[in-house]
Amino acid sequence: MGVEGDQRVCIGAGMCALTAPGVFDQDENGLVVVLTEAPSGEAWDKALRAERLCPSGAVRVGRSSG
Amino acid sequence: MTTAPPAFPQARVCPHLPPPAYAELRQGPALRRVTTHAGQLAWLVTRYDQARTLLKDPRLSSDRRRPGFPVISVQVVLLTERKRQALIGMDPPEHDIQRRMFLPDFTLKKVRERRADIERIVHEALDEMMEHGPPADLYREFALPVPFRVICRLLGAPWEDRDFFQDAIRRLVRTFDTAEGRQAGAELLAYFEHLVTEYKKTPDSAGLIGRLAGTGQISDDDLALAAMSLLIAGHETTAAMISLGAVTLMENPDQLAAIRADPEAITPAVEELLRFQSIADSANLRVATADIEIDGVVIKEGEGILIPGSLANRDAEVFENPDTFDAGRDAGGHIAFGYGRHQCLGQNLARLELQIALTALWQRIPTLRMTVSAEELTARPPGAIQGIDALPVTW
Ligand code: HEM
Ligand code: SF4
Repeated sequence: MGVEGDQRVCIGAGMCALTAPGVFDQDENGLVVVLTEAPSGEAWDKALRAERLCPSGAVRVGRSSG
Repeated sequence: MTTAPPAFPQARVCPHLPPPAYAELRQGPALRRVTTHAGQLAWLVTRYDQARTLLKDPRLSSDRRRPGFPVISVQVVLLTERKRQALIGMDPPEHDIQRRMFLPDFTLKKVRERRADIERIVHEALDEMMEHGPPADLYREFALPVPFRVICRLLGAPWEDRDFFQDAIRRLVRTFDTAEGRQAGAELLAYFEHLVTEYKKTPDSAGLIGRLAGTGQISDDDLALAAMSLLIAGHETTAAMISLGAVTLMENPDQLAAIRADPEAITPAVEELLRFQSIADSANLRVATADIEIDGVVIKEGEGILIPGSLANRDAEVFENPDTFDAGRDAGGHIAFGYGRHQCLGQNLARLELQIALTALWQRIPTLRMTVSAEELTARPPGAIQGIDALPVTW
């Protein structure tokens, strides 16, 4: 499993796009979009950090693709 | 007889440092009883993990009208009386529906498009201040007008009416008298109801009010209330952070020098300022809608809960040497903007404003200094957004 962003629970705070810009973005309505489903290296670490900082639980980061 | 639980929130002695007794509260249990302004018993959450867990718990309500909601100031008294609540006092599903209407104006992309505009506003304020100074009042002439102008533009609230807004808002947020606050709130609301009507007559979608007026997505009353609360939330906090942020940086000249030498350094420095200052003891207020067991205690349905960043953001298990201001540390996990579904809507705007303002300030005035010591500045009463209403400087 890679990176997921659940628009149903997202509250659009933009922490994910701020923290891991290559992995997440916000659509024009402010809701999370995943740009890179299987990031690696530094982007992976940033995705994990975004998961920790996301206030709504919309960001889920699974296992690294290596 | 046991002693009565301590009062919360408490007053700052030095305006840029937390109240002295908070250090002791942090040493105690993660949840403890405190006494509010209204004399209610409520729960205070003193630790970061428990704070985040509770702020995400759907059994906590933000609705000020619910019995038991913690009344920490005259301003909260006024909110408990309101038939309609603004976003910050709504629960889902109503909350999420309204928040999504505002989100398009607050995305990272939209906020970043405002950079040039914010830079212009910042430099114009500095031009004016430098024309007649030194000395100057950095709060009145810089920290306050900058975010005020930014939020007026975002909303489409006429800048010509700024004197009215500022006067009415001051009467609302600074008063200790419910009648005076009620009157000021009514004047502001009436003003915005009129403005919404004007936007319906003459559509102009450059600002948030004009974009939503008459679309049928939101009632006129709710839009007027939202505009009023966005105007207040959008500048009161940011103005406090620009001024207190400047104080903290002037109190730490070595770190200020390092920030000035490296253009990238302002980004983590602003996160650390937000953590260190945690100005919003008056935010993150909740009431339990069910019995909640956490950390060996049971929060009963109908009991109030206070989850201030001023304690959680100084949890030594999360932030090493929490009482030390360290502009280079990774403070990104702070909850100065709250956490959970009510996390600050304007946080990315506030970040950008702070980064721009606190960079330009020393670019333009490298020799800036306070004319009084930090301890001599006057702190606001507990229950207000913490900050100062005057910051005498020279250069
Ligand atoms: C440094 C500046 C700021 C700080 C420290 C701050 C702090 C906070 C905090 C702690 C909350 C959470 C309240 C709760 O959960 O009960 C919040 C919510 C909110 N803030 Fe801010 N804020 C700042 C700037 C702004 C700006 C610039 C705006 C608007 C333009 C804004 C608009 C809001 C709104 C509308 C909410 C309610 C969101 C919701 O309920 O979904 N704030 N803010
Ligand atoms: S951080 Fe979470 S809540 Fe915020 S935009 Fe990203 S997914 Fe949505």
